[in-house]
Amino acid sequence: MICATDVHKAFGEKVVLNGVSADFKPGQVNFIIGRSGSGKSVLTKCLVGLLEVDRGLVTYSGPSGDRDFTAMRPREREAVRHEIGMLFQGGALFDSMTVRENVMFPLTMFANLDPVQMEHRVQECLQRVELGDSGQFFPAEISGGMQKRVALARSIVMRPRFLFCDEPNSGLDPQTAIVIDTLIRELTHEYETTTVVVSHDMNSVIEIGEHIHFVHDGDIPWTGDSAAILRAELPALEEFVYASDLMKDVRKKMLGL
Amino acid sequence: MLRYTLANVTSLLFHIGRYFAFLVAAFRRPRKVRVFGRALAAELEMIGLQSLGIVVLLSLFMGAVIAIQTAHQIGGWIPAYTIGFAVRQTMILEFAPTIIPVILSGKVGSNIASQIGTMRVSEQIDALEVMGVAAISHLALPKILAGVIIFPFLVIIAMVLGIGAGAWISVAADLSSMSDFQYGMQIDFAQYDVMYALFKTTVFAAIITSVSAYHGFYTSGGALEVGRSSTKAVVYSVVLIMITNLVITQLLLT
Repeated sequence: MICATDVHKAFGEKVVLNGVSADFKPGQVNFIIGRSGSGKSVLTKCLVGLLEVDRGLVTYSGPSGDRDFTAMRPREREAVRHEIGMLFQGGALFDSMTVRENVMFPLTMFANLDPVQMEHRVQECLQRVELGDSGQFFPAEISGGMQKRVALARSIVMRPRFLFCDEPNSGLDPQTAIVIDTLIRELTHEYETTTVVVSHDMNSVIEIGEHIHFVHDGDIPWTGDSAAILRAELPALEEFVYASDLMKDVRKKMLGL
Repeated sequence: MLRYTLANVTSLLFHIGRYFAFLVAAFRRPRKVRVFGRALAAELEMIGLQSLGIVVLLSLFMGAVIAIQTAHQIGGWIPAYTIGFAVRQTMILEFAPTIIPVILSGKVGSNIASQIGTMRVSEQIDALEVMGVAAISHLALPKILAGVIIFPFLVIIAMVLGIGAGAWISVAADLSSMSDFQYGMQIDFAQYDVMYALFKTTVFAAIITSVSAYHGFYTSGGALEVGRSSTKAVVYSVVLIMITNLVITQLLLT
């Protein structure tokens, strides 16, 4: 479980997060949704420590109890970070390394495995994202969807307790997006991870969202599941959910119009 | 005007402070020696071997030009062995240890800044940090150490080739005889000069690699900012080399 409590973050005069509180449940796909510029990426960066919060708490819970991530010094945070996997919006694969080396990198840095065990684990993760035979390619030689899958393989190679996915479907065709969504859901349930997905793709939210936080004007005015979101009566959320014609049709059918 | 000056001074102090904090973070002990060793080897190749061509080319031509210019200036009334003396002194004291690093700051410095800057804007550094890798040390330390190790070798090569080219052109263009050149080359030779040259080369290597890594690491934005960081890395490196050169020369040669 990850808990954010009364998180404030401002950049100069611009207040981006104004006392956000949210909990992200283990073994579930938790979504942070909201319009562009609403603060969802900033919230995610505060959760993983890429940005420091101005005020508030971020707590990671595990078998060893609750750990206040915000109060930790950089070296103390490293222990928590070894339990975190993150899929970045652009993949963030290391250009100078092959697919295989990218996936192996966290193991090389942190795992006490022999080369054969590492190789086995890398192959296992690559096969899990259906890229078992692409290990020799460089990131520039594979498609955007494949890069996302490699990044996903890299983010799970250490068997993380917490998995963050920043806009996992951006720039992907609908079919590849569904593949990525399905993988995220399966991996979450398989490894019992606390998965946090940042997205504004309603298809993904409805497809795999189990616990959803709607960020609006630096706050989280609504939290619920994918069934509840379609019936939510918050104007800002309705505007967001039913922005597309497709979703408007869904709503009409739902209301029997 | 006062506000503008104050803002500039504040910005300068901020960068100096952050640069030293960056250096402290860079010299953190590597987590995995084998990973560090591989990165160091790759940087030695990138900074050293891939710079060899330009160093060889420049040294050969500069040594030859210095010989011709010296011959032109001494006319007929100063002994011809002065050519060998002038080529040796210029190559050892200034050209090899200062001008070669200045030129390499353009090649190596911009390469380091753009490489790390691109990693920053494409979230690769964020990925390292989220994994728990000490990104500054992981990225900067192999480059700084590789520069400090390999630059003195490049400079020694530059010295040898420059003097060799000076000797060759002197004989080929009939500026002096080989024995005159050799005599001039050996006159008043002080090993201390070579030590001084290698010492300042090492300092310049540390400046180029660390300043460039610093600018790359703190790039924000997109491709345009990566280009700006590369430019800044080269400009700041050259300015710092010039200032340091003056200080070291004043301290060690007077």
